[in-house]
Amino acid sequence: MKEPKSTSGPPQWAVRFLEWFCHYDYLEDIQGDLYERFERQLEEQGTRRARRSFAWDVITLFRPSLMKPIRFFHPIIPSLMFKNNLKIAWRGLFKNRSYSLINIGGLALAMLVPILIGLWIHDELNNNRQFPNSDRLAFVMQNQTMNGQISTWWSEAWQLEPALEKDHGDLFENVITITGSSNQLLRYNDKKVTKNGRFMGAEVTEMLSLNFLQGTRSALEDQNSVVLSASAAEALFGTEDPMGKSIILGNDLAVTINGVYEDLPENSTFGDLEFIGPWKLNFQHQNLEERAGWGNSWFNTLVQIAENTTMEQVSAQIKDVKYNSIDPEFAAISKPQLWLHPMERWHLYSQFENGASVGGRIEYVRMFGIIGIFVLLLGCINFMNLSTARSEKRAREVGIRKTLGSLRAQLVSQFFSESVLIASIAFVLAFILAVVLLPPFNEVAGKKLGIPWSNPWFWMLGIGFTLLTGIIAGSYPALYLSGFRPVKVLKGTFRLGRFSALPRKILVVIQFTVSVVLIIGTIFIFRQIEFAKDRPIGYNRDNLVRVPIKNRDIITHWEALRTDLLNTSKVENMVGTDSPVTSTGVTNGGFTWDGMDPGLSNDFTSLRVTYDFGDMVDWEIIEGRDFSRDFATDSSAIILNEAAVEYMGLENPVGTIMERGDMRHEIVGVVKNLITQSPYDPVRQTLFMHHETWLNQINIKLKPDSRAHEALSQIETIFKKYDPVNAFEYHFADEEYARKFQNEERIGELATFFALLAVIISCLGLFGLASYVAEQRTKEIGIRKVLGATVTNLWQLLSKDFIFLVLIACILAVPLAWLLMNNWLEDFSYRTDLSWWVFAVVGLLAMILALLTVSFQALRAAFMNPVNSIKSE
Amino acid sequence: MSKHHLGEFEEIVMLTVAILYDEAYGVAIIDEMEKRLDRKVSIGSLQTVLRRLEKKGYLTSEFGEATNVRGGKRKRFFKLTNHGKNMLESTKDQRLALWNAIPKIAFE
Repeated sequence: MKEPKSTSGPPQWAVRFLEWFCHYDYLEDIQGDLYERFERQLEEQGTRRARRSFAWDVITLFRPSLMKPIRFFHPIIPSLMFKNNLKIAWRGLFKNRSYSLINIGGLALAMLVPILIGLWIHDELNNNRQFPNSDRLAFVMQNQTMNGQISTWWSEAWQLEPALEKDHGDLFENVITITGSSNQLLRYNDKKVTKNGRFMGAEVTEMLSLNFLQGTRSALEDQNSVVLSASAAEALFGTEDPMGKSIILGNDLAVTINGVYEDLPENSTFGDLEFIGPWKLNFQHQNLEERAGWGNSWFNTLVQIAENTTMEQVSAQIKDVKYNSIDPEFAAISKPQLWLHPMERWHLYSQFENGASVGGRIEYVRMFGIIGIFVLLLGCINFMNLSTARSEKRAREVGIRKTLGSLRAQLVSQFFSESVLIASIAFVLAFILAVVLLPPFNEVAGKKLGIPWSNPWFWMLGIGFTLLTGIIAGSYPALYLSGFRPVKVLKGTFRLGRFSALPRKILVVIQFTVSVVLIIGTIFIFRQIEFAKDRPIGYNRDNLVRVPIKNRDIITHWEALRTDLLNTSKVENMVGTDSPVTSTGVTNGGFTWDGMDPGLSNDFTSLRVTYDFGDMVDWEIIEGRDFSRDFATDSSAIILNEAAVEYMGLENPVGTIMERGDMRHEIVGVVKNLITQSPYDPVRQTLFMHHETWLNQINIKLKPDSRAHEALSQIETIFKKYDPVNAFEYHFADEEYARKFQNEERIGELATFFALLAVIISCLGLFGLASYVAEQRTKEIGIRKVLGATVTNLWQLLSKDFIFLVLIACILAVPLAWLLMNNWLEDFSYRTDLSWWVFAVVGLLAMILALLTVSFQALRAAFMNPVNSIKSE
Repeated sequence: MSKHHLGEFEEIVMLTVAILYDEAYGVAIIDEMEKRLDRKVSIGSLQTVLRRLEKKGYLTSEFGEATNVRGGKRKRFFKLTNHGKNMLESTKDQRLALWNAIPKIAFE
């Protein structure tokens, strides 16, 4: 049989088409069948008909079931090829050690940051979300409008619960009143522990879906019961069975343990809830029915909304419940509006201004999220920069490989294997670093983060991300270099375009812009903290110790206690207050005075104090006098701060009488403003009211020469005399004041850490690039030296390009940083200026740093002996 | 017995393979079907069905000797498997049972 000629045989396109698509296993016999039919038709019907029907047959065969499996590459032995790629990549790493080190190290650092930030953000976002009912739980909040200012309160009066249940019972699954969390003494026989807990409505067990290890969710229905968290139960009972045991809660509440629940998740508002007492017990014990009216917003109202409603709907419906329930006269003054604040937003959206949410921690979450992305970007930029820079050197390698028969697809896969290998090593390193650094990171962040070993999402993200980085970074060499014509490359006529370095330059600029912005931002965070710390506080908090009063007996034995304390010779003085001096939360309002603006519905921060308070904290009286035992009328006297004088619009404050109900208070003095609240906020109008019994705190001033440790142990002995039951608790005022900065300091420390990493990464990248450029220009430098260039000339030559880039980065970074920091500082009413010199210094520092980095390479190249660099070709 | 039922075309192809016995390869099957049933069969649809039946285990196939005709390509001969035979038989029985169940009067 002779080969069919192209004119008389079957159509060639059809033959080739069939060979292209048909499955290898089917090809031979199908081809045979087709030829057989073709030959027969050729004889019977002639060439044209035969060719046409052959083509038609091929087309009918074009069906999925007969096709080859789809594959992009089908190398002969794929796994072997891949192994070879890895081996080459591995050798490449060791051949260029410093390059590999910079590349992998930089990338690992850059990956470390998003890993840590990711864990942090995950923790923040998950706060208060671990309860099955999280999405249906909320606090009832109230907005009060006074003098056109809306203030938002988290707290409510106990009367709200019955009012909501009466009018809007159908909107809620549960409504309960809960107290604030407080430390209470738990006593079982002789054993005592202090635990943190709240009194809550019995339904809380269902609302928080408490997991009872012992007992049931109806445990709190009995008014004389209490439930403990597993850890609290262990602390109090050890291995003993706690169920049914009687304990004393606080001073004198005899209760029975009715259940033990699994500890609640750490990162939630109720994470520190170690015991829960029944609300009814607290209600009765505190005699709230008589003592607290609608005006006493002392509690929180926790609700679980019904299945078929939304938070917004319920908020809209309950808006006026309080307004309609209270005395119309008061309602008109404060105009309370109720709304629901969903549990999932408590932690991240906790700040309100004029009744509207203005964020809170969510801003830090966003800030760190952005930092994480940027740092990662920096690392990727390095990686790409170094890969592309080096890949130009590898043009020859590509040429040789192609000449020896490499396919383009093989080159592509080789370059990708290399970059993915580097990215993978970097990821493993970053991961090890993260594990090592997590404990100190937790310390700084004040969290208990762990690596989520068993979370598939974490691994998928990590691996997916590594692959992505590898592929993006490898794409330039893989796709661009593999397309070179080998002849050109090997002959040396190959030139990269004039602008081939441009993307690299842009990337360097981006890197330094980000770094400079981060540094400037960090510096301003710290300046703000320092600024607030340096703010004149208006009183002396040295050696000031606060002891909370846990037993009312102390007040009846006040003078005896005071005498005992003074007799120790370690104590200078002792006074009582109702709130801690460093955090006054009590407000009083509804006063009238001569010349009062009738439209002003007034309200003052107030601190009840005993005699000697002023002496003790060393406040500065600017008008009038201090409280004094010499004046009998001083038992109801008031001292104002400057802010209050201004607020009340008084010309001659001293002697003015402030009236409320049937009480008359004479203003006896004015003091300089004392910072008793947030150091970032303006000082509120404050009343210091003299009172002998309405006290919750004892403030003790230690003598400056007495050792705190000794003094405290003596004080403790004395306290035990008057309050034998409760554990002695004390707080130093300066420490409590310092804690006000804790949050900002944490953020500042974290930001420093990340900014430092960003700078290191950027410098590593610059270092790598500089070494690459120096190496590329070795011959040029040699020739220049021979022709008489000095080291200084060469140094300038090699450095100026980079310095120029960093300069551009600084110019871009300054306005950007200014905008960002201006925005951040706006949240503080007492804030530092954006001093221009900080920008200038940071810019200069960045330049110096860049110069040092580049110079190292530049000088090395410049000092080289030209003979070595030009003798070999 | 599996839930699978032979399609009409599948059944015809299997029957034709059975008829041709030792000589059942692509072109022969088409020729036989065209001759006996007077219907046009495209090579594409036949090949698809043959492979499908083979995958289901009703047919097996093996290559024949290479010859000089057919551009030197070997033929692939198809054969019924036991499973295929059973399938055909049960199909036939079902048909017959249906035929037998028709009351005489229906066709009058």
